[in-house]
Order: sequence, then structure tokens, then C-alpha cells
Amino acid sequence: MRNLLRFLTKNSFIFLFLILEIFAFWMLIANNNYQNSKFLNSSNFFVGNFFSSIHNVKDYLNLKEVNKELAEQNAKLQSNNISSFVKVYGRIYQINDTSYHQTYMYSAAKVVNNSTNKRQNYITIDKGDLNGIEAEMGVISAQGIVGIVKNVSKNFASVMSVLHDKNKISAKIKKSGYYGSLVWEGNNYREAQLIDVPNHVKLVKGDTVVTTGYSSIFPENILIGTVKEFELPEGNNFYNITVEFAVDFKKLSHVYVVRSLQKKEKDELEAKSEQEIKE
Amino acid sequence: MIRDILTYLIVFILLVLTQVVILNNIELGGYINPYLYVLFILVLPFETNDNLVLFLAFLIGLTIDIFSSTMGFHTSAAVFMAFSRKYILKLIQPRGGYEFGTTPSLQHMGLSWFMTYAVILVVLHHLFLFYTESFNFSQFFSTFGRVIVSSIFTLILIFIVQLFNYNPNARK
Repeated sequence: MRNLLRFLTKNSFIFLFLILEIFAFWMLIANNNYQNSKFLNSSNFFVGNFFSSIHNVKDYLNLKEVNKELAEQNAKLQSNNISSFVKVYGRIYQINDTSYHQTYMYSAAKVVNNSTNKRQNYITIDKGDLNGIEAEMGVISAQGIVGIVKNVSKNFASVMSVLHDKNKISAKIKKSGYYGSLVWEGNNYREAQLIDVPNHVKLVKGDTVVTTGYSSIFPENILIGTVKEFELPEGNNFYNITVEFAVDFKKLSHVYVVRSLQKKEKDELEAKSEQEIKE
Repeated sequence: MIRDILTYLIVFILLVLTQVVILNNIELGGYINPYLYVLFILVLPFETNDNLVLFLAFLIGLTIDIFSSTMGFHTSAAVFMAFSRKYILKLIQPRGGYEFGTTPSLQHMGLSWFMTYAVILVVLHHLFLFYTESFNFSQFFSTFGRVIVSSIFTLILIFIVQLFNYNPNARK
């Protein structure tokens, strides 16, 4: 026993190093499983507030640009507004009838922390549980898609950005309607790869890439970006497409959280069908 | 003694704030990020207890991690750097050992010694940090490029900060 103690004190430096390093790696691994990352992530109350106050200062510097964006979006919404459409049935004019029904609701939020330089980037927004934000909701900005809500605390939510190497988003070429998966390989925050688009589709540089709406997280036809380059590797049935994001993730400030009113219904139906197949 | 502790506490707070508020937002060329906070581990006095160095490195790494929501990355790299510091100090020890009361700084140890010391430790820290971040070797060369370029930026910042405290007339 005394020998053991002497051994421990003599090598205390190495043992302390090992203990601290194991602890750090334990944190690393526990955190990589991001469902468990509620432990001390930036939706943490104190840190979130800290970043909010820093962001208040930053906001002033961006005001001009944000105003411009908001005005642009207002104009776009105004033109899409249901009251600016009139349905025509023969000679009867109908406005706001029951043939329209709402599937998505948007709530505005502000980005209080953001990163683009890691392989797994998260964004913290200033709306949380109290504002009705839930996990698995989509987040978009005026320019295009941003990410998916992962964790929610009382006042903040942590969003898994599109710039995350485990995030896979179903996307389609707007012109032809063929769909594939959008993945980000962790190198350039301006570009992502669109895979699984078959080789018979005609592509042109500059084609628009939009969301499919299959997962009900994002509405259909939300802009993702444009085709920057594409190539067809020899003997391969699928294109390698490089997509340039429409959103500049470095300038992210105001975002919208999308709540799908039919997602639950759709998921339940799909789960039911799958279960029947298993049985 | 108390004065030293206070000085280092202020250095700690200043470095964490600089890192979190300013440097984490600077991403030169898309993904190059300088990590100035390692300066804290570099400038701890020679006679600091080795275990204390480990603890302080753990503390600053954890603080940076909490603020950048990257649990574990900086902690593990900082602890590794503090671990290597002991052996690097032994390796590049000048003849006759270190004078009592001096710190590993540009002022006390001169340019070539400090350069060797800072370059080795910063590169070790960045290597550890970036390879734990990518967690695989499939992108070996792109990660290595990030290590080199980020190290250069961190070192430039470290030298700038050191020059603030540098007084050429006060050299021994």
C-alpha cells in the first residue's frame, strides 16, 4: 500500500495528465452524441445571455443590411400574400376560401452565436421552449435554408447548421424536379455537394437547387443555392454536383423557424405503413 | 505572490475574452482560426508546480470550450500542451538552468529561445486540436494545412502581444 502511494505521488504529473485528458475526451464523446449535448452547450442560460449582449452591439453594425433584406422579403411576401390573389370561378370572385389551408407557420428569431469554421457547426438562436420552438423544426433565412433545431432550452435553441458533416438534406434541381441529398464535407462554408442525382438529367451551371419538402421540416421550394460545377465520373450513374449556398453563413442575423402543422400527421402515417410492412 | 496571482488572473480573463469575443469571429480564408489563449500556458513562470500548470490549462481550455460550445476540444488540447511544456522546457534548457524569478517570455529569454519554445508548443497544441476535431486521418493533408496556417497566425499574434511587454533597454 505504501509503495503504491509512493508510486502514485512520484508519477502524479503523468497520472493527473491522464485523468484530465480522459475527462476531456469523455466530454468530447458525450458531446458528439448531440442528443446528449444539453450538458453545457451554448443554449446554456448564462453563456446564451452573454452572447446575447455581445450580439446587441453587433446588431447595430448590421442594421442597414438587415433593413434591406427585410424590405426585400416584405415585398416578396406581399406578392405571395393570399389577399393579392383572386380566385376566379366563372364570373364569381372568391377571396380567402377554404381551398387554401395553412401547412407552415413561421416565427422570427435572432442569431446570437454562430460558427462556420468547424466540421460540425451549430447556431444558437434567441427563441426557445417559451416561444414554442421544438426540436426537428427547420430554420431558414430570407436567402435560403439555414439548419434544423437540435436542442431547445427555456430561452434559446441550438440549431444544427447545414454546415454540419452529419446533416443530410433532401434537395432537388428546380428546373427538372430530380432530387438528391445535399451534404457538406467540411471544407468551404460557401459550398456543399449534391449527390445521388442520376446521370440522365440535363444540368446547366447556375441551375437553382431548392428543398423538396419530403421531410416536412422545410417547406417545398425553399432556395438552397445554385449549381456551381458538376461532373460525371467515368462509369458512375450519379453526378457530383457542387452547390454554392445562397445564404452567406458568416452574415447570418435574422432567421425564421418553420413549424410544420402537418408533420406529425405525416410522420405517424409513414410510421404506420412501415410497421405494417415489418409485420 | 498575491500580485503574481492577480496578474495571471487578469491575463486569464483578458485572453479568454479576446479569444471568445474577437478571435472566434475572425476566420481568415474560411477556416483559419487563431487561438491566442495558449499564450497563457506559455507565459506561466518556470517554477510553477507542474500539476498546477496542468490544472490551469484544463481550466482555460474548459472556459474556452464552454463559450464556443465545443466541449472537450480545447480542454484536451490545452492539457496536452501543458503536459508537453514540462518536457520541452527541459529539452531547450539553457546551460546552467533557468534563473529564478524569470518567466518564459521574449523579454527574459531573448528572441531565438522564445521562438523555439513558442513554435514547438503552439504547433503541438494545434496538431492535437485539429486532429481531434476531424477525428480521422482521411483528410490528413487538408487538416495538416489548417494546422500550419493557423499556427502561423497564432504565433504572429503571440509575438505582437509579447512585443507590448518588450523593453529593449531593460535587458539584463
